[in-house]
Amino acid sequence: MILEKKDEIIMELNIVLPKIKDLHKIDVYIKNDGYQAIKKALAMSPDDVIEEVKKSGLRGRGGACFPTGLKWSFMPKNDNKPHYLCVNGDESEPGSFKDRQIFEYNPHQMIEGILIACYAIRANTAYIYIRGEYHNWIQMVQKALDDAYERGYVGEKMKETFGTDFYCNIYIHKGAGAYICGEESAQMNSIEGKRGYPRVKPPFPAQNGLWGNPTTINNVETITNVPAIIKNGAEWFAKIGEPTHPGTLLIGVSGHVNRPGVYEVPTGTLLTDIIYKLCDGVPNNKKIKCVIPGGSSMPPLRGDQLEGVKMDAESLKKAGSAIGTGGVMVMDEDTDLSKVLLRITHFYHHESCGQCTPCREGTGWLEKVLKRVANRKATSKDLNLLVDIAQNIEGRTICALGDAAAWPVKFMIQRFRDEFEKYVNESVELEYPNKVHSMRNTKIPLSHLIIK
Amino acid sequence: MEFKFTEDNIKRIEKSISKYPEKKAAVMDALYVAQEQNGYITNEVMEEIAKILEMPVSDVYGVATFYTMYHKKPVGKYHLQVCTNVSCMLKGGMELLKQLKDELGIEESEVTSDGLFSIEEVECMGACGGAPMISANYDYYENLTPEKLRNLINDLRKKG
Repeated sequence: MILEKKDEIIMELNIVLPKIKDLHKIDVYIKNDGYQAIKKALAMSPDDVIEEVKKSGLRGRGGACFPTGLKWSFMPKNDNKPHYLCVNGDESEPGSFKDRQIFEYNPHQMIEGILIACYAIRANTAYIYIRGEYHNWIQMVQKALDDAYERGYVGEKMKETFGTDFYCNIYIHKGAGAYICGEESAQMNSIEGKRGYPRVKPPFPAQNGLWGNPTTINNVETITNVPAIIKNGAEWFAKIGEPTHPGTLLIGVSGHVNRPGVYEVPTGTLLTDIIYKLCDGVPNNKKIKCVIPGGSSMPPLRGDQLEGVKMDAESLKKAGSAIGTGGVMVMDEDTDLSKVLLRITHFYHHESCGQCTPCREGTGWLEKVLKRVANRKATSKDLNLLVDIAQNIEGRTICALGDAAAWPVKFMIQRFRDEFEKYVNESVELEYPNKVHSMRNTKIPLSHLIIK
Repeated sequence: MEFKFTEDNIKRIEKSISKYPEKKAAVMDALYVAQEQNGYITNEVMEEIAKILEMPVSDVYGVATFYTMYHKKPVGKYHLQVCTNVSCMLKGGMELLKQLKDELGIEESEVTSDGLFSIEEVECMGACGGAPMISANYDYYENLTPEKLRNLINDLRKKG
């Protein structure tokens, strides 16, 4: 699809994920060259498939932007253990809602991608981890899977259909409402029927993943890109968008824009183009105060510094943020950032799994102090305290949730210090003293507690 | 109160077990099945699941309490989940939550006297483009306004 406004072509959309009516139905998908890429892949050797994906430059769409082909090549080649593929559709990052589109409109392309990936990493079993809240979308994917099984594109029947020794079973694992299960090692624990605690790395999943076997974990969007790469060739894919981060991104725009939604754009598209051209700008033509470009855990950008910021890993890094999951949240000039930050921090406090002390305790402290800021009961010192707490969480936890909780606080206060100074007072009178230790079980009047 | 799975549900759990190399991995599915049958997860439910999946009850308890979608106490026929995370908050999610509480006369994690509704404030449901939104059990209702929400509640009430 090409988006046009008057006579001017703005940008080409939907390159990798075509918008064809009823593409979620298997007949329509097959009519549009569906399940041809897997045929092509099966004629190649698994190593050639990995090489092709490497050459395409495809990078993970789950936030870390790790080169997909490289990740696949970490899987051991000559071992007797069963290999597994996990497809991460947990998608719980606030502001991110792109995988849902794939489940609804392109489930077969995802399934085909899973088959190709499984062939490349020599896995016979794949689990699609989908968050429990997406119950209705799980049913859509299950329907697509059932159809594919019936036609012999998935499962043991594949051997007959494609005339090879390779087969692959795909199962859906339904999550149950835990953000942390989007973290790859927590996800593996969850699939194994345990609490979703992240594991210490190393060992990495490629050596020691599901049930101690080599495992690869890819994002739904990453996997969905694979059939297009195999079908059209690595060179075709590498030419789309920015050379360092080629391909397209599913950008989900939410917040204060006129036309929120998911848009597939080439990497390197200007953030302002997305907001003003695709999403038709901000309601009532208000100014933008703040944009979070990649889901709530990514550092926010100031509204007056959006010019020239492009949506790809390297450009956003230069701009001081990260692409994350491509969940763009736009906030207009009337937004109270202290409330936004409090809400973000409440989320991480709620979702911290509780394994690492800095994250478990730190997120709680952040929330408490931010509550004071939001209630206008804080001083300028509290802002420094917040940055200090955040810096003591960052990098001191098993998984990245600690960083995800720390970054928004640290960067929002640093970048919007002028704004936050408006929320604080020179001195405040607290209804209760601001002590760290627990006062819950003491009968001593608080006024008697004087620290000398 | 004793808890036994119905025969159909036993079959569903067996099907789920067949997906994994270990029985234990089916615990999340089994808890969902139990919740569907029993409405919420009790100690008896967890003991029964532990027996079927040959795992310690404490592990089942660990899983049931870790994940927020397993209810540990009864919920209404329509469990209304209101997202108040950033995207929804910017578009009035907090106000929807307040409106729901006022109209139904209950606080969070309470059930209305007719057993029809319960409210929960939830984290991002992945519908940010349709903010603000609520979900009644598994059904998403997006792009809500106070008026649309009122109509939705009335419709659900009529459906009973």
